[in-house]
Amino acid sequence: MNQVSDAESLPQTTAGAAVSGAVKRDVAFKRSKGGSTLSSMARHALLVAVSALLILPFFWMVASALKDNTQIFAQPVVWWPFPGHWDNFGKAATYPGFPYLLMLGNSIFYAGTVMIGTVLSCALVGYGFARLRFPGRGLLFGVTLATQMLPTIILFIPTYILFKYLGMIGSYMPLILPAFFGNAFFIFLLRQFFMGIPWELSEAAKIDGASEFRIFWQIMLPLVRPALIVVAVFTLLWTWQDFFGPLVYLSDQSQYPLTLGLFAFQAQRTTEWALLMAGSVLVTLPLVIVFGFTQRYFVQGISMTGIKG
Amino acid sequence: MAVFAKSGWRTSSQRQREALAGVLFVSPWIVSLLVFTAYPVLATFYLSLTNYNVISSPEWVGFQNYQTMLSSDPDFWKSLGNTAYYTLISVPVGLIAALGLALVLNMRARGIGFYRTIFYLPALVPPVASALVFMLLFNTDGLANSFLGLLHIPHQDWFLNPNLSKPVLIVMSLWGVGAATLIFLAGLQEVPQSLLESASLDGANPWQRFRHVILPLLSPIILFNLIMGMISSFQVFTQAIIIGGTNGEPLGSSLMLMVLIYRNAFHYFAMGYAEALTVVLFLLILLLTLVIFLSSRLWVYYEGGRS
Repeated sequence: MNQVSDAESLPQTTAGAAVSGAVKRDVAFKRSKGGSTLSSMARHALLVAVSALLILPFFWMVASALKDNTQIFAQPVVWWPFPGHWDNFGKAATYPGFPYLLMLGNSIFYAGTVMIGTVLSCALVGYGFARLRFPGRGLLFGVTLATQMLPTIILFIPTYILFKYLGMIGSYMPLILPAFFGNAFFIFLLRQFFMGIPWELSEAAKIDGASEFRIFWQIMLPLVRPALIVVAVFTLLWTWQDFFGPLVYLSDQSQYPLTLGLFAFQAQRTTEWALLMAGSVLVTLPLVIVFGFTQRYFVQGISMTGIKG
Repeated sequence: MAVFAKSGWRTSSQRQREALAGVLFVSPWIVSLLVFTAYPVLATFYLSLTNYNVISSPEWVGFQNYQTMLSSDPDFWKSLGNTAYYTLISVPVGLIAALGLALVLNMRARGIGFYRTIFYLPALVPPVASALVFMLLFNTDGLANSFLGLLHIPHQDWFLNPNLSKPVLIVMSLWGVGAATLIFLAGLQEVPQSLLESASLDGANPWQRFRHVILPLLSPIILFNLIMGMISSFQVFTQAIIIGGTNGEPLGSSLMLMVLIYRNAFHYFAMGYAEALTVVLFLLILLLTLVIFLSSRLWVYYEGGRS
């Protein structure tokens, strides 16, 4: 599809380059069209309207988190509940059924471990597929691509039964262990990057007597760092948002990650909308912070791979 | 001669060492393919032909689970219909909206970074949280009804009316349209400007440039998003179970196949029956994927040299 096949081009595809590219295109477009300001204004209006619609649920979550219960469904609609009930966040975070800090720790542990396992295993396997020749490699890689099309549910119940036999239900093991054995999509992605590194580099290291593992660890890994970060941030995002896995495997509330905690909170307090929205904000906030720092890797990830998020 | 023999010997030993290293590097994945892919796929087909409650060993029943499903489980047909309804509307509408937005966004010079952030924001909200936000928005006293009130349309009971629960789920899925937009935008930025310019010189109007230059170049991305969107839509779970619970309230109108599988597997521990449902879901996805792939020969354009 859209995969970047050589690692060199990655650092250049920053948002800045894309913006300057867009400027050039816009100029070219205007030139060819004779610069119609009317249609430009219409486009602008459409974008503003769509953006407003897309931001509305997000805004409503935050605004409702700052309301008291009488403002939630008040008529006329309360759009701007400021100065706001900031104590809702404290109330939600210390609510008996919603021990926020404990669950934050669980989510960090869950997402962090899966992230480390996925990056390590996919880098190893991706490197093996890209740079080392062994019998059956093509077939194995073909199988790897094919498994991406498998709906995850077909794997779920037998995997549950397997972990049941291993006595691991009710722990995080079933949720994190598979990550240490690779993920088809990210293996494919990293393979593409490893393939783009010039062969002279590894040949030279081999002549100097470096082992395959040392070449991988000390020479190759640093060269694909941006791609590793893309794998890391998307794994973090998806694991943080995971609901089905924890729902099936975890039973003790002290183990719940934030998503499952929010679900349990909702089941208890269906009418406390302000607190539920405060809880929703608290569950989402860590991802927004991470996104703020790694935005350009999200953008790259999307354009490289068609990852949807 | 001696030199040749020696270098030949060294090469084959090096080759063996490289092969050994290669197998070692991919060994975690080989384990994963065997334990977390091959075994579950085979076990799914086997268990679907048994009665199995996890505690006692599986009891072979042949195609009984499938017969029960097809002849005497109204929830199966209901969930199948709901899932198909949801997928057949949300995937195409989402794709068209995303493509349209990407085209508009691609013409804008200023603020593209800002729009990118806004468009990606919904993808950051965990589905559990976004389901709660939409439950609030579509509450009987919620914002959606306030907007309808402005248009003098009576308030709707979105979560009590069986005709409205699926549309709300579809609207919720469309909230994620921004992320797909960014994928198309990345594709659009690879369309060579020279092609568009030469089309203009040949007298192509904007619609013709879109139809005959941009659309063919984007068609592989459309195919990819169509298949991936279809696969994930058929497995919609989190939003559906939060809005409708395990029974798909109201009146089973939001009961999706995944929710039915979950209920049978982890509430009733009817693993055999849940696996039969899983096989049907899998075969449906496979069939649709094949249909899309076969049809793609007619509408997907591959540039020479690209794969």
